[in-house]
Amino acid sequence: MSLSLLGLLTIGAAPRSHRARTGRRRATIWHALALLVIFLSSVFPFYWMVTTSLKKQADALAYPPVWRFTPTLEHYIDALFTHDVAGSLINSLIVASSTTVLAILLGTPAAYALARYEFRGKRDLWFWFISNRMVSPVVLAVPFFLIATKLDLIDTHIVLILLYLTFSLPIVVWICTDQFRNVPIELDEAARLDGASPWRVFWKINLPLAMPGIVVSAIFAFIFSWNDLLYALVLTRDNAATSPVAATNYMSGYELPWGEIMATGTLIVLPMVIFALLVSGRLVQGLTMGAVK
Amino acid sequence: MLNGTVQRTNPATAARKRARLRLWPRSPAFWFLFPAVFALAVIGIYPLLVALYNSVHQYRLADLEAGTPFVGLDNYVATFADATFWQALGRTMLFLCLTLPLEIALGLFAALMLHRSGLAWMRAAARVSLVIPMATTYAVVGLIGRLIFNRQFGVANYLLSFFGVPPQDWLGDPTLAYVSVMIMDVWQWTPFCALILLAGLTMVPKEAEEAARLETRKRLTILWHIERPYLLPGLTAILILRSADMLKMFDAVYTMTRGGPGAATEFISVYIERIGFRLFDQGLASAQAMLLLVLTIVLSRLYIRYIYREVA
Repeated sequence: MSLSLLGLLTIGAAPRSHRARTGRRRATIWHALALLVIFLSSVFPFYWMVTTSLKKQADALAYPPVWRFTPTLEHYIDALFTHDVAGSLINSLIVASSTTVLAILLGTPAAYALARYEFRGKRDLWFWFISNRMVSPVVLAVPFFLIATKLDLIDTHIVLILLYLTFSLPIVVWICTDQFRNVPIELDEAARLDGASPWRVFWKINLPLAMPGIVVSAIFAFIFSWNDLLYALVLTRDNAATSPVAATNYMSGYELPWGEIMATGTLIVLPMVIFALLVSGRLVQGLTMGAVK
Repeated sequence: MLNGTVQRTNPATAARKRARLRLWPRSPAFWFLFPAVFALAVIGIYPLLVALYNSVHQYRLADLEAGTPFVGLDNYVATFADATFWQALGRTMLFLCLTLPLEIALGLFAALMLHRSGLAWMRAAARVSLVIPMATTYAVVGLIGRLIFNRQFGVANYLLSFFGVPPQDWLGDPTLAYVSVMIMDVWQWTPFCALILLAGLTMVPKEAEEAARLETRKRLTILWHIERPYLLPGLTAILILRSADMLKMFDAVYTMTRGGPGAATEFISVYIERIGFRLFDQGLASAQAMLLLVLTIVLSRLYIRYIYREVA
């Protein structure tokens, strides 16, 4: 389909000036139409979720679908307090911010070392860090469930915080290594000549200068942790259940409360969309983890 | 992972390279790296060893009185003989073969539209809108899918009715359920392909593109001869990452269909989760997880060997 549209864009391109002008105008119209389709198809499912969350149950289940309706916040109140989505959002917040902080604490020194020092096996170490991106969560979830059971860590925040390090730590290392490479090495050398220790050089000079990249990596670590379902589904019950788990809990029962489900979905997704828009310029870098520059 | 390892060489790092430090406790690098490496080893490698150990033992959570005797390769043999496992794997591979080309084609189209000059305001809006699908929590993508493809009041049936298509039971029919999952995956990940390919397109020198435009008016010729080399690294990245992601695919499928109807959308990760946590056979699930891990490694190695080398 895309190719035929592509072909259409070049139709009517002829050397004569008048025909060229109408051809160009027609190409612009197609271009605008294509951009409109891209925009609408990206936004529509999200729009549909948000509007459904604001519709009364009768409107939400209406067929043909209702496009204009009087909005209500009742589903948000029901979801947050009756179904305790509020508690699960707090769990998500605790888990995602803890793992992010931990990933930054552990990851930035490692990233600095990878950016500044040369040593044997550096490539392998780097590859190992990044290859965590490839491993299916189910591969780790199975053994981790048994380990957590033995250590009596099922349904605690700590087990998720640790497990989420498997992806938040590599993403911090990946983005920050890049960032530290951009800090001029002359600054390091000057500080070392003045007698500063390696740790001080890292802490006092490099860390502040790399702060933009660190913030970006923190946002990515947070988004990835917030979005996980599989680990949380397997390793939590009631106390530490995160919001994606809470969203799946509606699925039992005969008639589904669609308004509440979509309200929960909106509450989960909206902060992430805002975060992602903040780092949209580096989204590709974050999602590819170094497979492409 | 691939290009990322290529360092810019400035004189200082070149001098360091000659020094060839060994990583050992007296080097500061060791202490910078140690906490992260240690943490990742404990949470990333130790569980794999546990899984390896469990995979050669009987480990039924529902029947723990039976103990966890050593059973050798029985779990692996059972997996190899398990038609359902291979069906789940085949379903996943088919999904990969059907969905990935679609995402790449649509992504390329979107990237070209976003790269084309003119209509700056619309291009900016379209580009920003691409962030939304990617940022949507995978589990919620599945929930949205259930809403849109609902048999009774779903908006998909409504939109199709304009084209004279009668209402479909999207999530109740095995083939349509598979297609619905595909559509939601395409929705979420086409923007990813588009942005990567767009990043490649912006690397093309403006002069080369303009010179080519004077030579030919055929868009495809420019794409093939001028822009293709800049698109290939991104394309490789898409192949590697999306393949790995599809072997991982769980959240959206779980909330959208739970692998159903029947086993129509039971992909490999969903199947292993069912064996391990709904049928409680941890030994068998561990063996399957190990096989999935091996498959992931082999697949990404193959991609790197046969595709990335070509590009690089």
